[in-house]
Amino acid sequence: MSNLTRRKLITTGLAAGAGVAGLAVAAKLALHYGLIPPDAGGVYGPGETLTYAAQRLLTKHSLAREFSPNMVSKDPFANEVAPLGDEFERLRRGGFADWRLKVDGLVARPASFSLAELKNFPQQSHVTMIQCEEGWSYIAEWSGVPLSHVLDLAGAAPQARYVVYRSIQPDWWESIDMADAVHPQTILAQGMNGGELPVGFGGPLRLRVMRQLGYKSVKYVTQITVTDNVRPFGKGLGSASPEAGYAWYAGI
Amino acid sequence: MPGASTQYEACRYTLQNEREVDTNPQMAASLRSRHTLLVRITHWIMTLSFLALLVTGLEIVVSHPRFYWGEVGNVNTPVLFKIPIPASRNLVPTGYGYVMPDQNGWSRYLHFQSAWLLVLVGLLYVGVGVFDGHFRKNVFPARADVSPSNLANSIVAHLKFTRPGAEEAWSYNVLQRLAYLAVIFVLFPLTIWTGLAMSPSFVSAFPWAVNILGGQQSARTLHFVLTLALVLFLLVHVLMVILAGFWNRVRAMVTGRASEPLERA
Repeated sequence: MSNLTRRKLITTGLAAGAGVAGLAVAAKLALHYGLIPPDAGGVYGPGETLTYAAQRLLTKHSLAREFSPNMVSKDPFANEVAPLGDEFERLRRGGFADWRLKVDGLVARPASFSLAELKNFPQQSHVTMIQCEEGWSYIAEWSGVPLSHVLDLAGAAPQARYVVYRSIQPDWWESIDMADAVHPQTILAQGMNGGELPVGFGGPLRLRVMRQLGYKSVKYVTQITVTDNVRPFGKGLGSASPEAGYAWYAGI
Repeated sequence: MPGASTQYEACRYTLQNEREVDTNPQMAASLRSRHTLLVRITHWIMTLSFLALLVTGLEIVVSHPRFYWGEVGNVNTPVLFKIPIPASRNLVPTGYGYVMPDQNGWSRYLHFQSAWLLVLVGLLYVGVGVFDGHFRKNVFPARADVSPSNLANSIVAHLKFTRPGAEEAWSYNVLQRLAYLAVIFVLFPLTIWTGLAMSPSFVSAFPWAVNILGGQQSARTLHFVLTLALVLFLLVHVLMVILAGFWNRVRAMVTGRASEPLERA
């Protein structure tokens, strides 16, 4: 072995060692700053972690693009959902007067709100785009109370890290980190384009997460759970999406 | 191997890695250094990443094989164009009576993971290439070579499928250099940009990234068209490798060494 290749070998070895040490430090920092998504295990973990960490560092406080009212889509598309079930039909027949949104978990004051109560809270409207992971999109005006207002009312604990939310459809539940949960554009939408939110689009209550793809905006929301750990929920991957093979983080 | 040494001396091009000339005289007579280790490793990692991106990108397109221009597009809005294939979702009107299996979950996971790999390895390749003179020596064409007459000659030679001259086994020709430059510094950056412009979270921080493209659906359409351009490059690239001597060129990109062109001639 010549001197040159020995030098090369040593340099490569040092570089590899520095790389491994760097990765270990990066992993520790990422964990500390909450940059590792709940579905980071498995073969796609590295890519998911890079995407989530990079986007969190770049977009923690950024606002989703908003559009002028004349950009609102004339013919928005309502994606299909699983059959809504007997309980939903019963509530629909009653004009959703009995619909309740339960707020529990790491909160000082667990609560249950009717749609009328939610409507009496300060309302916001945002003209934003909703994109499906399939590739299609539309723009609509979404109205409702900011999720952060409801979390404040319930007294979310400082150690809260995620908000888990459930649809009346048993297999549809998601979670978002606190950056998205207290984000100023994240709303519990009851209105769309100036009217009531139609059932096809998630009415009577849809949690709109503006900076993520449509599947994070769960339709027919009935429960919000504040937690510091998503492991005990479902299979521990953060939401139903990774259990069905889809990424937990859908900002891309 | 008669004439090999003459050929060696006649070659106008210097060895890329003179330090690595083989000490075995027999080997030196038949094989010479061609590609550096970094070029070879990054070439194949990027090849694998690109193929993964291609397959998974196609899977994602299958869930909605319609393309639009502007900000929004869905089955209720007019298309710019559509691909005449069945879709993997039953609410997309395709004219086919059946729905393909949904592969979007793992396709999206693998698409982004491969994109990260390609971007990181690509940055390593470009960074080291700028630093060690790879681009200056091997990729940027000489000023004299980009003259219209020289370009015309090279294009004619390519269109006639003329076998490359001996010196081309050791140096890229001018069209090759321009094609590689276009892929490395134009097509891939634009594809990455249009990909990021589709991310609702990314554009919340950098809205200009999608606004100057004309909208999110425009970004998606451009991403698809750029992919077609990259596929065209891939096909021509592989065709040229086959015409120039497939095994010798592939060996050069795997082992770093190529045999003297006279051996084949």
